[in-house]
Amino acid sequence: MSAIHVTTKINGDVVDYVCEADETLLDVLRNRLGLTGAKEGCSTGDCGACSVTIDGRLTCSCLVLGVEAEGCEIDTIEGMADGEALHPLQRKFLEHAALQCGICTPGILVAAKALLDTNPEPTETEVRFGLAGNLCRCTGYDKIVRAVMDAAQEMRRA
Amino acid sequence: MPLDSTPQDKRAFKVVGTRPLRPDGIDKVTGRAKFGADATAPGMLVGRILRSPHAHARIKKIDTAKAERLPGVKAIVTRADFPDHTNGDAALFDILYNIMAREKALYEGHAVAAVAAVDAHTAREALKLIKVDYEVLPHVTDVDEAMKPNAPVLHNTILTDGVEPKPRKPSNIVRRYEFGHGDVEAGFRRADIVVERTFKTEATHQGYIEPHACLANVGPDGQGELWVCTQGHFMVRDTCARLLGMDISKLRVTASEIGGGFGGKTTVFIEPVALALSRKANRPVKVVMSRDEVFKASGPTASTSIDVKIGVTKDGRITAADATLRYQGGAFAGSPVEFGAMSAFACYDLENVRAIGYDVVTNRPKQAAYRAPGAPMAAFAVESVIEELAHKVGMAGIDFRIKNAAHEGTKSSYGPTYGPIGLLPTLERAKQHPHFKAPLGPNQGRGMACGFWFNFGGQTCVSLNVNSDGTVALSVGTPDIGGSRASMCLMAAEELGIPYDKVRAIVADTSSLGYNDVTDGSRVTFATGMATIHAARDATRKLCARAAQIWGIPEEAVTWEKGHARPAGPNAGNFPPMSLAEVAAQAGATGGPIAGHYEYSADGAGVSFATHICDAEVDPETGATRIVRYTVLQDAGKAVHPSYVEGQFQGGAVQGIGWALNEEYIYGKDGRLQNAGFLDYRIPVCSDLPMIDTVILEIPNPGHPYGVRGVGETSIVPPLAAIANAVSAAAGVRLTSLPMSPPRILAALEQQNAKRIAAE
Amino acid sequence: MVKVVVWGSLKPHTGGKAELEIEATNVRELLNRLGDAYPGLKPQLARGVSVAIDGVIFRDGWHEPLRKESEVFLLPRMVGG
Ligand code: FES
Ligand code: FES
Repeated sequence: MSAIHVTTKINGDVVDYVCEADETLLDVLRNRLGLTGAKEGCSTGDCGACSVTIDGRLTCSCLVLGVEAEGCEIDTIEGMADGEALHPLQRKFLEHAALQCGICTPGILVAAKALLDTNPEPTETEVRFGLAGNLCRCTGYDKIVRAVMDAAQEMRRA
Repeated sequence: MPLDSTPQDKRAFKVVGTRPLRPDGIDKVTGRAKFGADATAPGMLVGRILRSPHAHARIKKIDTAKAERLPGVKAIVTRADFPDHTNGDAALFDILYNIMAREKALYEGHAVAAVAAVDAHTAREALKLIKVDYEVLPHVTDVDEAMKPNAPVLHNTILTDGVEPKPRKPSNIVRRYEFGHGDVEAGFRRADIVVERTFKTEATHQGYIEPHACLANVGPDGQGELWVCTQGHFMVRDTCARLLGMDISKLRVTASEIGGGFGGKTTVFIEPVALALSRKANRPVKVVMSRDEVFKASGPTASTSIDVKIGVTKDGRITAADATLRYQGGAFAGSPVEFGAMSAFACYDLENVRAIGYDVVTNRPKQAAYRAPGAPMAAFAVESVIEELAHKVGMAGIDFRIKNAAHEGTKSSYGPTYGPIGLLPTLERAKQHPHFKAPLGPNQGRGMACGFWFNFGGQTCVSLNVNSDGTVALSVGTPDIGGSRASMCLMAAEELGIPYDKVRAIVADTSSLGYNDVTDGSRVTFATGMATIHAARDATRKLCARAAQIWGIPEEAVTWEKGHARPAGPNAGNFPPMSLAEVAAQAGATGGPIAGHYEYSADGAGVSFATHICDAEVDPETGATRIVRYTVLQDAGKAVHPSYVEGQFQGGAVQGIGWALNEEYIYGKDGRLQNAGFLDYRIPVCSDLPMIDTVILEIPNPGHPYGVRGVGETSIVPPLAAIANAVSAAAGVRLTSLPMSPPRILAALEQQNAKRIAAE
Repeated sequence: MVKVVVWGSLKPHTGGKAELEIEATNVRELLNRLGDAYPGLKPQLARGVSVAIDGVIFRDGWHEPLRKESEVFLLPRMVGG
């Protein structure tokens, strides 16, 4: 197969890569660019562990081809903190112990940020539906929901 | 037992019991933490496994010639590459057979060959070129079917053990277990009311979000490295070395961060295959399971069929309890039926009790442990009957349970007499909980259930090094599956009298520490915690000796208190206390590095109990169920890091909710799994659930210096029953099959209606 | 002599008895002598057992002492998730 050249912006930086036509964006991020923060839990769009945003839209990167990202802006978990300063969601996840094993955490943080970007004042129900595409097997989601609500409140005050 | 049963000498803790941030936290919220599939190595190959499409088939021939000729293919392994080194160890031979099929493929998804190639694409192509000649055999996947005399037999070596006379004809029934005491028949004769029912539960998967993954690197000199997500890297090392005929010392295994296990990562699947491929190719090989493979070829838990019969007097005292449990554990011996049978009636104080278990094999993947293996299904059956009996004698479920609950001095259903246990306190506390008095809405019902689990300790080895600046490096050998490094740091800090953030805990590789058992059995906070405490005490003894040297007084004249070496009394001399950092700074001059060690086989874990309360709402039109409120009350002995204890309670409850309502392995007539993906095997999502309220009780475990009990497993024992009781109350009909999916609930409602109409 | 109780389905290997009297002062002696006295138990002993002494379950621990009045049960080897 012949590789295809793609130009994107990832976490604010211009990134060029080559990939096969049938390679997913998730595989490109993980295997070609060393961005292993996005995880593969299923590769069928059912677990959300591979969540990234493409041009601001929450996406399962396992369902997108690497070549489709041409000209797009991609944000991943690796770009969420601002230098030393964690994003409020990241901080609140730690404070609330909203992770046990942590494999779902990158995807859930990306999804939670996408939710708060569009709805800064979500109800518990809105948080629950906003994260319904992200599976967590460890926590029962209780502490995750609390962390997201708390982060939202803090971000509104800021 | 009084509600606040605590020993007189309840100790006051400084850092244990607080909720600091976990040491691996930043890595996990920034995406930096390295899990199983996140490792790479120069020259790495991609390993892929070919799996049987048949539920049961003789493998007549495997032809790899064409695949070998494909450019980019570097190694292929089949059964021929796994000679039997197991020396008559039947359990190990089963593992060998499970990781690579031998004369037969025993379930759909059973590995038959594996390829290492330069990239995933080539590996996939190569798999297609391997020709396997199968003779398809009749199969069986249901536990009751598999026990019938004319069922297809998986292994002609299985002659049921534990029955008299020993059968001469092979069957699928591996072994019969029996536990209990008293005279059950006499007990039933004394009963005024007897309820007898049969229950079925489907197999469920642990459902960890991280698929099995490993990176193997073995050279022609037999030295190997393995990076793997596992609950026990020492177990992986020893098992792989034995399967492959390697020296244990030549294989170094490093545990990656682990993305969930729940018991499912307590054995090996792909690891020996990756090592064999790497050895053959003389290159690093990475193998990562797909989700489909995780469902089809890693261990789910058993599916079950259970009869329960319990008799009571009119005033609500149980006179006899009897159960027969049939568990299929997939294609090999070892379903957790003995633990189902032992735990079934463990919550009750019974004069006459019997539990009989049958371990059955079927054409399904070899079961792996799943949180309190075997107990949730048994509790589902027993606690359903308990609830029904309570209503029949006109008592509230909770009062009936309190009346019959096991307590200190009760002869347990599995034999031994209980020491101090926390069942009654969880029941009493449940009774007072506001959840119990809250009003219910339309179509809602409330249920409750108790649960029991054993817990255990196991082999453990810990090292603690004191650095020159007074900070501490702690090496443990039990993978951290849910925040245990934080708990270990807390206990070390408590013992040394230094701040939590001065201790850093790591999970050391297999060459750095002595053997450690797997992270399972809710044992880490208990056993690794106790080893950490003892290693810290070992270090403080040495710190005291060094201080004594510096002061020029005898060792016995120095004690360790609040993070400082101090003269033991006025006679010892008048020296200002020396901090850990001050003693550590002089280590070089006073005898070299200061370290504490501890290694032991931990026992005395202490059993644990929980009570759960659940409100469910059933839509009579669709049969859909929603959990509207859920409360967990459990004894933790001592909660070292309460947030992670709550997390264990909540996670266990929600796995139970999935098991009760949605999750099941669905097999077609062809013996193939119909729902091997998260779309059709539906685990609970955030929008399915309410908050999960928790109450931590602390009834100290006398077997641990801080009173800690394991908490990880008990939380999955009561939910199946608590939810079934709530759903049955809401629907007005007793549900006896799990999962209580909408079609099952609708069918039960229709049956109920038909009965009512017929009666009118 | 200690009294040890084995679980029901081991009875075919112990001449039908659930309660056995064994001369043993610790777990190791108990397990060795059980195997000697009832060779039919050996496969199960090899598969692994736990020993409950006065209510506390020991999975390992050969040297755990047994007293005459100890309450001793043989149980299957504990596993966990
Ligand atoms: S890996 Fe993309 S949704 Fe699961
Ligand atoms: S923390 Fe383990 S899956 Fe969410």
